[in-house]
Amino acid sequence: MAFWFAENHTDNVTLNILVDEQLYSQKSEYQKIDIFQSREFGRILTLDDVIVITEKDEFIYHEMLVHVAMAVHPGVKHALVVGAGDGGALRELARYDSIESIELVELDSMLVEACREFLPTTAIGYDDPRVKVHIQDGLKFIRRLEEAYDLIIVDSTDPFGPGEVLFTKEFYGNCYKALKPDGIMINQHESPFYSYEANAMKRAHRRIKESFPVHAVYQAHIPSFPSGHWLFGFASKLYHPLEDLDPVRWQALGIKTRYYNTLLHQGAFYLPNYVKEMLGES
Amino acid sequence: MLDQSRAPVYEALEEMRAEKLVPFDVPGHKRGRGNKDLTDFLGERCMSVDVNSTKYLDSLGHPTGIIKEGEELAAEAFGASSAFFMVGGTTASIQGMILSTVRKGEKLILPRNVHQSIVNALIICGAVPIYINPQTSRRLGIALGMALEDVVRTIQENPDAKAVFVNNPTYYGICSNLKEIVVHAHAHGMQVLCDEAHGAHFYFGEGLPVSGMAAGADMAAVSMHKSGGSLTQSSFLLCGPDVNADYVRQIINLTQTTSASYLLISSLDISRRTLAQNGVKIFEKVQQFAAYAREEISDIGDYLVYSDDLINGDSIFDYDQTKLSVNTYDLGLAGIEVHDILHDEYDIQIEFGDLSNFLAYISIGDKTKNIERLIGSLYEIRRRYKKAKNPLFAYDYVHPKLVLTPQEAFFAVKKRLQLSQAVGEVSSESLMTYPPGIPLLAPGERITQEIVDFIQSSKEAGCVITGTQDITAEHINVLA
Repeated sequence: MAFWFAENHTDNVTLNILVDEQLYSQKSEYQKIDIFQSREFGRILTLDDVIVITEKDEFIYHEMLVHVAMAVHPGVKHALVVGAGDGGALRELARYDSIESIELVELDSMLVEACREFLPTTAIGYDDPRVKVHIQDGLKFIRRLEEAYDLIIVDSTDPFGPGEVLFTKEFYGNCYKALKPDGIMINQHESPFYSYEANAMKRAHRRIKESFPVHAVYQAHIPSFPSGHWLFGFASKLYHPLEDLDPVRWQALGIKTRYYNTLLHQGAFYLPNYVKEMLGES
Repeated sequence: MLDQSRAPVYEALEEMRAEKLVPFDVPGHKRGRGNKDLTDFLGERCMSVDVNSTKYLDSLGHPTGIIKEGEELAAEAFGASSAFFMVGGTTASIQGMILSTVRKGEKLILPRNVHQSIVNALIICGAVPIYINPQTSRRLGIALGMALEDVVRTIQENPDAKAVFVNNPTYYGICSNLKEIVVHAHAHGMQVLCDEAHGAHFYFGEGLPVSGMAAGADMAAVSMHKSGGSLTQSSFLLCGPDVNADYVRQIINLTQTTSASYLLISSLDISRRTLAQNGVKIFEKVQQFAAYAREEISDIGDYLVYSDDLINGDSIFDYDQTKLSVNTYDLGLAGIEVHDILHDEYDIQIEFGDLSNFLAYISIGDKTKNIERLIGSLYEIRRRYKKAKNPLFAYDYVHPKLVLTPQEAFFAVKKRLQLSQAVGEVSSESLMTYPPGIPLLAPGERITQEIVDFIQSSKEAGCVITGTQDITAEHINVLA
């Protein structure tokens, strides 16, 4: 029996997706986890009734989350992903032979299990032998670490549920401490379009600015997210996202991507005026 | 045994709501309909039980029905002979205790590190304070509990005193040897009054310091709204078997409103029911939160987290494990600075900070993720702000030089002086640094150079000085 999955993007806007089957539905200690089979978007993972990823457009999100930093930092050996039980960020990182260790900190073990069972497209990331999973609070995990990683990817849900901690100043500050002197932090940075996400976006940006000397925001188009216009944060201790981009080095790796390329990389940092205003950089 | 699953005030209000009684009585907002803005803000459910005392809802000043039943349930739950719902905060409970126990000119033995409300109660009743030097820890920079020997000696020196007053515990969670104090006080015909503004949970949790009533104290003022979960401003006044509760009620009625809020009363009723039924589990959870935070914060380095290691059998006879008191001396920051950084930069509000300590209040309302945020922020504060240590703040207890009773001095003819010019004069007002709200001067005491110096350094450290008419505390009123 087909039915419509509806996500409220605001009090007045809803996205409806025709769904053929509900594959999974459980309440974990932290959140409600559902996985649906849809006609248009393939499998869809939702947490507390909010879409986290769909099979159809997750490549955009995960490629932009990983490859931008990897094309800038010349020597990522130790990478950490915080959040993101779906495994998509791990999958993209695992495409780099030069990375020695890929760690994931995820709070919710039930989410990891659900994804491994029902979302093979992204959960394939778990199969790489370099991947090590820690089931723990992200802030708790990171606060004891100093200069341990070259790259930290904060792949959080919205800052309104269990993901809230991953948008705090103390979290960003502890990430700074856990990065090596030339480390980069990339984060899911919400959307500028609807006020709900836009406020979270502004707050996150302000806090990142306070913690990192180099900070920039870049964008991508992710159709299943509210408004489709989504932002990512690039925060770094040393490297600049454009000045230190090395297209030749990255292209030589021969990594085949569907969304990311090094020209798009540069364009992604050129933001609309209203977004620049929100970021206080107009 | 009464049925602690009952909450008579709450039940009567629910019944009233269901009956859709037509109100032709006060309050004039009539279940919120007459004040839409306020109802939008507080919610209809809340406004619909903001009602007045009636024949059916009983009266706080003269309880014969549901309030009487609720107070009897509370008395049983706290192991008291009688209990009063209080709607004027624990300040009102403190006044009730003191005014019921000591008359004008009679002596009350008390530690110096009492809350302002105790000194104010003395101003109202005219009693004579006999202060005991609370032991101090120079390393922690705080006043502790009373040494038993000091209490016994003071009792012997003042056989005419009517009562002994005890903080159970202090703001920082430190307890005196209450049971022994009760034994000695009772042996000399004195009553024991407990300030349990920070001790409501002692009555319900396991593995916590002894509560006033369990220790045999005669009266206790219990802030149910702190660890007990009721609404701000609600409190319990508890009495033991040798107290004339009907007289206490008359005393309470001297200053208590005759329009007591049913929001406050029902919050006491419901919270008592919750703690009587689930208190053990609730405070076990709170202790787990606190123990976890204590261990994690200790691991950061430079934060000295208070624990039962402090217990010394006397001035720190017991320690309340639910309190997360942290000394910041090794960090080179004042507790108040950590308090301000947490607020300004990390959106975290803690209970207080003083010159060398801060207190993060842990309760059943906490969430693991918020405790993680606090710990994570403290890591960051150490990384970003750690400084060289200042020399330990040298504050030695100065025995107050009582010239007049607080009441005589407070109501005397006075003149206004620059604080720095007032050395040698008799103060007519209270003066304390806040936090933590302990009097440096009470009305009737001689002002010394030491006190003026301490006030100056507290100000420089960012503490707020309160109690004086001059809000900036540049001036002080002294006896003319």
